[in-house]
Order: sequence, then C-alpha cells, then structure tokens
Amino acid sequence: MVAIESIFGERIGSTIHELTGTITRINKRYATPKIKLSKGAEFALLFLRLYLIFLVILLGYKFWTIVHGGA
Amino acid sequence: MDFLSKFYFNYSRIIKTIKIYLLLAGPGLIVMIADNDAGGITTYAATGAKFGYNLIWFLVLLGPVAYFVQEMTVRLGAVTKHGHAEAIFSAFGSFWGWFSLLDLSIVNWLTMVTEFVGMTAALSIFGVSPIITVVIVIFVMLGIVMSGRYWTWEKITMAFCLVNLIYIPAAIIIHPSVSDILRAGIIPNFPGGFNGELFFFLMANIGTTIAPWMIFFQQSAVVDKQMKEKDIPWGKFDTFIGAIFTVIVAIFVIVVTGTLLYGMNIESAAQAAQVIMGVHPLVGTLVAIGLFDAGFLGAICIALTNSWAFGEVFGWAHSLNYKVKEAFWFYVYYFIGLITAGAVVLIPNAPLILITLFVQVVAVTLLPAALIFLIILLNSEEIMGKYKNTLFDNIANISIVVCIIIVSTLFGISTLFPNLFG
Repeated sequence: MVAIESIFGERIGSTIHELTGTITRINKRYATPKIKLSKGAEFALLFLRLYLIFLVILLGYKFWTIVHGGA
Repeated sequence: MDFLSKFYFNYSRIIKTIKIYLLLAGPGLIVMIADNDAGGITTYAATGAKFGYNLIWFLVLLGPVAYFVQEMTVRLGAVTKHGHAEAIFSAFGSFWGWFSLLDLSIVNWLTMVTEFVGMTAALSIFGVSPIITVVIVIFVMLGIVMSGRYWTWEKITMAFCLVNLIYIPAAIIIHPSVSDILRAGIIPNFPGGFNGELFFFLMANIGTTIAPWMIFFQQSAVVDKQMKEKDIPWGKFDTFIGAIFTVIVAIFVIVVTGTLLYGMNIESAAQAAQVIMGVHPLVGTLVAIGLFDAGFLGAICIALTNSWAFGEVFGWAHSLNYKVKEAFWFYVYYFIGLITAGAVVLIPNAPLILITLFVQVVAVTLLPAALIFLIILLNSEEIMGKYKNTLFDNIANISIVVCIIIVSTLFGISTLFPNLFG
C-alpha cells in the first residue's frame, strides 16, 4: 500500500493523517444517537430520508436533461 | 408629591428594563435584520416593482413565521449550551451530523458569494471597483471579529443593523400615498389572480424569510453570548423585536420600488438602485447603501455561522471571546470563507446567476432537515426539561415547518424547472 506521505510529501501527508484521525474520533464520539425517538420523530426522520432521495433523483433528472440538451 | 414619586419609580423601572434589554439584545436582532440580506432585498425590490404595494400583507404574515422558528434556537442554545451543528451530531449521530455540516457549509459559501455580488454591485454604482470593495470589506470584517470580545463584535454589528433601516427615510423622501399603501397593502389580495408568476414571488419571499444559516447562527450566538435559561424571555423578546424590524424593512423596500418602479421587471436590487438613481438620485443612493449594508451583514453572519459550526464539531476553540492565537482555526476558517467567496465575484465571467439559483436549490436540501431536527430536539424532555415545546408551540411550529418545507421545495423545483408552474 502506497503511503500518503510518498504522494503528497511529509507535511501534507501528516496533515491528511491528522484530519482523518480527527474525523474518526468525531465519528466514534457521535456513533450512537443520544436522543430517544418517539414514533412521530422516527416517522419524521424516515420522511426526511425519502425526501432527500426524491431531491437527489430530481437533481439527477435535471442533470440528465441538461446533458441531453433539454431545459 | 405622590404623583412625582410614582412617576420617578416608573421612569427608573423603564430605564432599568431598557438597560437590561440592551445588555441581552443581540442574537435575535442581528439574525433577523441580517435575514434582509442582499438576496432578501433583491426579492423585496422585485416584488414591489412587479406587484406594487399589493403583497405587503403577505410580508406582515411572514414576521410571526420567522419569530416562531428562531425563538426555538434561543431556548435550545440557552438550555444545551451547544450550537445547532453539535446538537445534531450529539442527538442524531454522525450521519445526520455530517450531512448537516457539509450541506450547511456549501449553502453558506454559495450564499456568501451572493452577498459579495450584492456588495460589489451596490458600490459599483458609485464607481468603486469590485476588487477594492472585496479587499476593503474582508479587512473590515476581519477587524470586527478580531477584538477578542463577543460583546464588541455584537455592538459593531448592531450598528450595521441600524444602517439597514435606511429604507425608511428612502421611502419617506418620495412621499408615497399612505392611503394607497393601506388600501392595496393591508387587505389580503392576489394582484392579477393567483397565477404561476405570483406563486413564484410568494415562494421567493417565504424562501428569504427562513434560511438554514439563521438557525445555526442564532443558536451559536446565544451560546457564545453565554445566555442562560433565565435569559430566555429576553432572548425571545429580542427575537420578537428583530422580527418586527425585518418586516418593517421589507415593507419599506416594497414601498420604495412599488412607488418608483411599479410595473417593471427587476432582476436585482442593484438594478433597482441604478434605475431609481435616474429618477431620484438621493433615494437611489440610499437604496444602494442599504444593499451594500445588507450584503455586509449577511456575509459577516454567514461566515461566522460556518466557523462556529465547524469549531463545535471539530473541537476547536470557537468563540469570539478568544483572541486569534487562542482560537486560530476558528478565525482561519472565517477568513478562508470570506476570501474564497469574495474571490469568486472577481473572476471574469463567473456564473454568478447560476450560483444565485443554485443557492435556492441546495438550501432546499438542508432547510427541512434543520427544521425537523429543531422540532424533535425541542420536544425532548431529557434535553429541554421544562423549556420543551408546549402544545401551542408544537401546533404553531409544526404547521409553520410543514408549510415552509412544502413551499421551499416547490420553490427549489421551480428554480430547477422554471416552466413547471406556468
């Protein structure tokens, strides 16, 4: 496996290592959601996921129409 | 004698109350007035030019909408002592946390670009080149935050908020007919019938009323100001006063453009200022100064929102009460945000209109999430204790949030597909 330092140099490589380490620590610290979700809250979060999927599909469709010379 | 002593007692009580308010005022007032940013002023200017005074009633309705959403951030910040980004990470886990943080930074950066567009366009009316505007603005914005005291930043920013009221004298100077304003503006009506164009304008006005950065900004500002639970009533009052000011400014912008530019299609507030300059140079000058100030306020608040949010999550020192040496990354992030957004405006032929439209689309992906998280957090007894939402709060807030989600989604879709609503 190629070390990051050999691609970006010592200084940038160590910065990238530090950053990934910080992100890993953040992910560990917040791994478990601390709030107790009611049924309503669970439904709201499910709605949010579906809503975001819908938006991604919409943006994808817009991109497709632009690529194919549409509006 | 009795009258005099009563008068003196009441007088000192009022003075004391005003002093306490001035001490605790800030986050609510600033966020609400900064809500009338360059994009907001453009929307109001275009609305007034297109529909005259006819949609003033609609803006009055948006005041309570902004208040109800923003007062929740006061309670959440004062009780948890955490900003909104950290609150989302902590309550909902890292997936929703990263989603919110990254989406926020994209939306905010794009919005900052639009603020610089507004500022450079406003000062170019006076012959100031964009590069000079960008450089001076960035230096001033750096100077304001580097005092090492939240209090200093807040009071300087509040002085800039006062400049936002410049649209009031601008409207008074042109002597609009008050009876016309009351007749056309107070009674709800849909000028020309409810059509696609009117619907687009209504959606745009709602879109400018609540933006994702406002939620994150006010909560972080409440925390940085070190407001406690006992300060919540004052924080809510501050937000209430701010909501009144935001509506007043919006109405006066509409009065100016509704009087001088009625029937015109205006694409930006800078264009409005330029046209007004030909009709009434003094009012045109005031409109341009107001636009510059709006962009300035927007940019400074949004850049801080990003720094606070990243500082909270990454564990950097993240307070305006720290000196640069003590909160290095907090200030670096603030500076990088401003300088990159300002630089985009200076790129020849940069797709600025596309960026302006893209802001609306990306904001639609974050706003519903931020609002839903806000409602869930405010309903958690373990987090909020006795400050959780009451039944009345929930009825008001959930209705508002559902309406905002529907309308902002339709606004985003209509930006993507302009011919969809006719």
